[in-house]
Amino acid sequence: MANLIEIKGVTHAYRTPNGPLPVLENLNVAVPEGEFCAVVGPSGCGKSTLTRLIAGLMKPDEGEVWLHGELVKGPRKTVGMAFQNPVLLEWRTILQNVILPLEIVAPSMPKRDREARALELLSMVGLEGFETKRPSELSGGMRQRASLCRAIVHKPDVLIMDEPFGALDAFTREDLWQTMHDLRAKEPFTCVLITHDLRESVFLGDQVIVLSGRPATTQYVLDVTYPGPRVIDGLYTPECSDMLHTLRDQIRIAQGRSEEEAA
Amino acid sequence: MNDALRKIGVPIAAIVVFLILWELLVWANGWPNYKMASPSDLPPAFAKYWNLFLIMSWQTLWRTVAGLAIAVLVGTFLGMLMGFSRIMRAALYPLLVGFNAIPKATLVPVIALIFIGQHNFNTVLMAFMISFFPIAVSVGIGLSTLEPEYRDILRSLGASRYTIFTKIALPKTLPEFFGALKVAVTLAFIGTNLVEIVSPHGRGLGALFKSGETNGDYPLMFAVLIALAFLGIVLYYAVVFLERTFAGWAERAEH
Ligand SMILES: Nc1ncnc2c1ncn2[C@@H]1O[C@H](COP(=O)(O)OP(=O)(O)OP(=O)(O)O)[C@@H](O)[C@H]1O
Ligand SMILES: [Mg+2]
Repeated sequence: MANLIEIKGVTHAYRTPNGPLPVLENLNVAVPEGEFCAVVGPSGCGKSTLTRLIAGLMKPDEGEVWLHGELVKGPRKTVGMAFQNPVLLEWRTILQNVILPLEIVAPSMPKRDREARALELLSMVGLEGFETKRPSELSGGMRQRASLCRAIVHKPDVLIMDEPFGALDAFTREDLWQTMHDLRAKEPFTCVLITHDLRESVFLGDQVIVLSGRPATTQYVLDVTYPGPRVIDGLYTPECSDMLHTLRDQIRIAQGRSEEEAA
Repeated sequence: MNDALRKIGVPIAAIVVFLILWELLVWANGWPNYKMASPSDLPPAFAKYWNLFLIMSWQTLWRTVAGLAIAVLVGTFLGMLMGFSRIMRAALYPLLVGFNAIPKATLVPVIALIFIGQHNFNTVLMAFMISFFPIAVSVGIGLSTLEPEYRDILRSLGASRYTIFTKIALPKTLPEFFGALKVAVTLAFIGTNLVEIVSPHGRGLGALFKSGETNGDYPLMFAVLIALAFLGIVLYYAVVFLERTFAGWAERAEH
């Protein structure tokens, strides 16, 4: 299968008052179409930078980012983004929030079709009946569900998520993992998920990429073979334990390297 | 019912109590009219000059609103410059702060000399000059503190800067904008009256006050003060009404 996302030899440094800060160094990532790619790595290693490069929000100093066989030169309408902060617009209802990307991507789409599309997604994530509510009237988990709907309402090829469940409690988070699987079953998309939660990366990912400490390169790639159907109980099997151990060790190595460099 | 009582009854009761205390104060001290007029002197003053009050109030009102409208346009524009460009912020901020620090009374003779006899123009200009600063600052801060994620959800779809501004940045700064507009409207009102009082042959409530002073008609002066207070309240609540209409979403439900 063709790779939908291909990151080839990407190197990037931020220009700061104290000189350039190298963040990514010769990073290579390939994500086949329809796959779910989880990315873990030490804090501050450049994961958010990676999402901004894939989204075309910035250009790498060196190397190339390819999406769907096209070189990424700037933002494109075929990506969806979700962040740790759901960033819903307080002056819009939930329904109007979800519709927002369609206003940009498909301005000629009739209002009724837009609303029907948004309602379909809202009911998929269990938010039917909340479409006329304001974001402030929803719980954190519900806001994040609405934010997910907004990220995929325009049927993007790639969904980029930067720690979307990071601020939620453990049970709400597990609910949302399940929601992600349900959504993918109905709406296939290729996904890049940045996370700090190794269990999340194994439960959701088809592959887990471990980034080294800053400047980040691909340190390790784990191909997830989930035992049985993707249900939470699977995380307590020996197979998952092994994978989690492997990832834990890799993170330790990644952190070790960043400590050496800091010293 | 209870709600209506609290919203309308309580303020009216407060005003009545205030008038009674005022009346008592004048009565207890035995102050004559020329020292301090009492509320009971006011209805005759209003009755005597009611047509003047109407004409002059209108003058003061439209000039204040015109000055404020220009302040909104210019202030928003300056705020946008400062909010979007760090260089503009660095360049404009000290200039604006310095200009704002100048007591506006000192500018009255200056503009009166530059634009001799242009009473309307001078008054509107002063209302504008005194009131655009809070608007510029609030819009500037509102725009520059917009979280990058808000911008990114639209920018990642290839939305233009203009679209991001109208769909996100502008509505998101509305609460700050109206907060500043409440300050600006009172300032513009003060600016208008400043010019009306100081200018010879002026018009508006300020000029009416001045004529009361020249003729030693103290009840008239106090009646003007009350009319000014009333007009100030009307203007302020007009802004509150606009705020409820356009930025009501920012108000949290009461607990
Ligand atoms: N606009 C910027 N200008 C300068 N430095 C930046 C900028 N954005 C990020 N950095 C720095 O680059 C490094 C990587 O940032 P990035 O946000 O990509 O890390 P991250 O892996 O997402 O971190 P976290 O896990 O805490 O979210 C950090 O040290 C950060 O301080
Ligand atoms: Mg990050």
